[in-house]
Amino acid sequence: MLAELGQVSLILALLLALQQSVLPLWGSYSGNQQLQLLSRPLSYGMLGFITLAFVLLTSAFITQDFSVEYVARNSNSLLPMQYRISAVWGGHEGSLLLWCLVLAIWIAAVARFSAALPLQFLARVSAVLGMVAAAFLLFILFTSNPFGRLLPTPADGADLNPLLQDPGLIIHPPMLYMGYVGMAVPFAFAIAALLGGRMESGWVRWCRPWTLTAWAFLTAGIALGSWWAYYELGWGGWWFWDPVENASFMPWLIGTALVHSLAVTEKRKVFQNWTLLLAITAFSLSLLGTFLVRSGALTSVHAFASDPTRGIFILAMLGFFAGGALTLFALRAHTLKPDTGIGLYSRETMLLLNNVLFAAATGMVLLGTLYPLLADALKLGKISVGPPYFGTLFIVLMIPVVLLMPLGPVTRWRQGNWMELRQHARNMALAAAGIAVLLLLLLNPAGVRGWLGVIVAAWLMIGSVWYLWQRSRSSRDGAPRRWEFGMALAHFGVGVFVVGVSMVESSEIQKDLRMQVGDTVTVGQYDYHFADSRNVQGPNYLAARGVFEVRRSGDTELVARMLPEKRRYAAGGSIMTDAAIEPGLTRDLYVALGEPLDGENPAQVWSVRIYTKPFVRWIWGGALLILLGALLSASDRRYRLQQTASARVITTPAAPAGANAGA
Amino acid sequence: MLNRILPVAVFMALCVLLFVGLRMADQKDIIPSPLIGKPAPEFALSTLDGDQLIRRDDLLGQPYLLNVWASWCPGCRVEHEQITAIAESGLLPVIGLNYKDAEDDARRWLNQFGNPYQQILVDADGKVGIDFGVYGAPETFLVDADGIIRFKQVGILDQRTWETSLRPLIQSLPGDES
Repeated sequence: MLAELGQVSLILALLLALQQSVLPLWGSYSGNQQLQLLSRPLSYGMLGFITLAFVLLTSAFITQDFSVEYVARNSNSLLPMQYRISAVWGGHEGSLLLWCLVLAIWIAAVARFSAALPLQFLARVSAVLGMVAAAFLLFILFTSNPFGRLLPTPADGADLNPLLQDPGLIIHPPMLYMGYVGMAVPFAFAIAALLGGRMESGWVRWCRPWTLTAWAFLTAGIALGSWWAYYELGWGGWWFWDPVENASFMPWLIGTALVHSLAVTEKRKVFQNWTLLLAITAFSLSLLGTFLVRSGALTSVHAFASDPTRGIFILAMLGFFAGGALTLFALRAHTLKPDTGIGLYSRETMLLLNNVLFAAATGMVLLGTLYPLLADALKLGKISVGPPYFGTLFIVLMIPVVLLMPLGPVTRWRQGNWMELRQHARNMALAAAGIAVLLLLLLNPAGVRGWLGVIVAAWLMIGSVWYLWQRSRSSRDGAPRRWEFGMALAHFGVGVFVVGVSMVESSEIQKDLRMQVGDTVTVGQYDYHFADSRNVQGPNYLAARGVFEVRRSGDTELVARMLPEKRRYAAGGSIMTDAAIEPGLTRDLYVALGEPLDGENPAQVWSVRIYTKPFVRWIWGGALLILLGALLSASDRRYRLQQTASARVITTPAAPAGANAGA
Repeated sequence: MLNRILPVAVFMALCVLLFVGLRMADQKDIIPSPLIGKPAPEFALSTLDGDQLIRRDDLLGQPYLLNVWASWCPGCRVEHEQITAIAESGLLPVIGLNYKDAEDDARRWLNQFGNPYQQILVDADGKVGIDFGVYGAPETFLVDADGIIRFKQVGILDQRTWETSLRPLIQSLPGDES
């Protein structure tokens, strides 16, 4: 009965979404304020019903209601509680419901916190978001109903894919979707601006905190995914250029261009067309990613069970939203004022370069991801494009980005001064050289690429510090403002990330060994003693577990006891390698059990894989700093102050919510 | 003008491509490979461990599963458990075709995840893969005792495909004639 209630509440949410797509928009053209004001209660109602559906599906998982087909396919009576909850988004249908929930949260947040926007503009933004919600709800109800019943009811479920039974996977999809779906907000703002005919000059400023927040979530989601792949796939890599990773990476790259482009457009009112196009593209790439993951057109680790009707549906959605938006762009963009007055050594030029490079990187990833499909369509045979293509080209495109990154923020708007810029560059280069020497002595990377990477990282980190120092010297109260600090933090994070990547790629040590209980081996600076091997019963699996005692060479003090496992899951009988990882600021130790090598005495002799991964945490640490920097900037008072100021001018008697804007 | 129309035009082209891709994704399941019902192409490949040379005709006499894999292929990692389960079921031997891979990487991969294969043939340049019409790893072929290809799976071989199509097909084969 509860499952049916879930379905009904999805239908009700759809009805509200359909009203939201039509009524406020109609009101914005006919001038009917009552209709325009409907957008807020409709948003809240939609959020309420989708939340209800989500809670009902979750409760079906918690109470193990295997009469619901989706639960029976993705859960099992032995599944521990935390994975019963994350199993809600472990399959196609449930993850789509999560997607809708996240979208409803964004829509309600826009309705709640944008009271300072002109009513007509807000009505159009809400209507576009309502259309997106309606499309996804239709998609769920017609092709991917998570509430379908299974008769007769099976005695037990098929179990959640063991790869997904992991703490990282509990939060990875929600974060990623917050980012993915959040790109719908700048998209809706861009469409509303285009519908307005003349460029609503305010839209860019209103849009910035939303875009930064969505982009921050996307950063978090991608970093979590990479972290998960690192420890769960048991392969020791952290990025695979898998089609699905690319699907989330493309909106991130365009989002990166967009947050920078918004800065120029807000400050100098230039590149308006370009900013609009980026906002449209970012969301279109989110939809494209959805298509690639769920249609079965490409194969990947993450691919959901594919279904051609779903593919057609998403393609139609992509055609409607991206096609419609781009057509609108073609019709309306010429009404915007042309760009004027950009000097060669100006911040505008720097940000334009950023945009061009990130757009090119996106194009490169898009081409590499779709090339197998293209080759197939043109009968060139199936081809898989691998890491060599992506890795090489991506580094080539990112070299100018990292070299210019410290220079951009210290360049003046409009007409920069070459002499001044050169002065900055020289000072930063000197400081960076000092730091680089220090870092190289400390970290001692192996190989030319490691050296270059560390030097670049020093340049990036010094650039951020230098910028903050410059800002605090020139600001009145001697402290940089919050958004300036956020930007510097994010750019510093890129430096930290580069340290991690360069060290791991250049200096990791890996050994494959045959080890018997009692053996001790030395890998890097550590001795690994294979102390014991035993069988362990987990909640829904049986595991062989090795016990490794790790000491620094020549030292008796125990650094870590590592417990790698080889698990066999009860339902389905899949075998998973659970690597043991001893994390550290400057290195991770990584031990994984391979196969038992002695048939007569299987517990005693194993093939064992041992890694030392220097500075691998810095990869995710850098991403964390980028994310914090973005959130810090997004929460800067300048956006809220401006909103309150404009609210005072624009608020009409019929808009009662202006009081919220400053809160 | 052109500037503004270009994005739509590029997007249209993209949509056409995606649509074609989708059609092909459907057909992968519907239209059987032209090789089905035909003899497996001839090959003579060395094995991964040791210098043994294995020819197509050496494998005649009993049905076997030919699994195309590589260490660089994430999908192979996913289906590995299923392939291991099939090998352990003892129903038929699983032969690995290590496709366009570096031998050291392949060995490391097997060490890490386990080796379900009775034999592993090394197809370093992918030429035999071309003869088999391999799109990309992973792919799995069922070859019967007479050397005729009876089934082909493009992409990950999951438990459902195994239970619903492949295993019944194997059990219906005349089986071991040697």
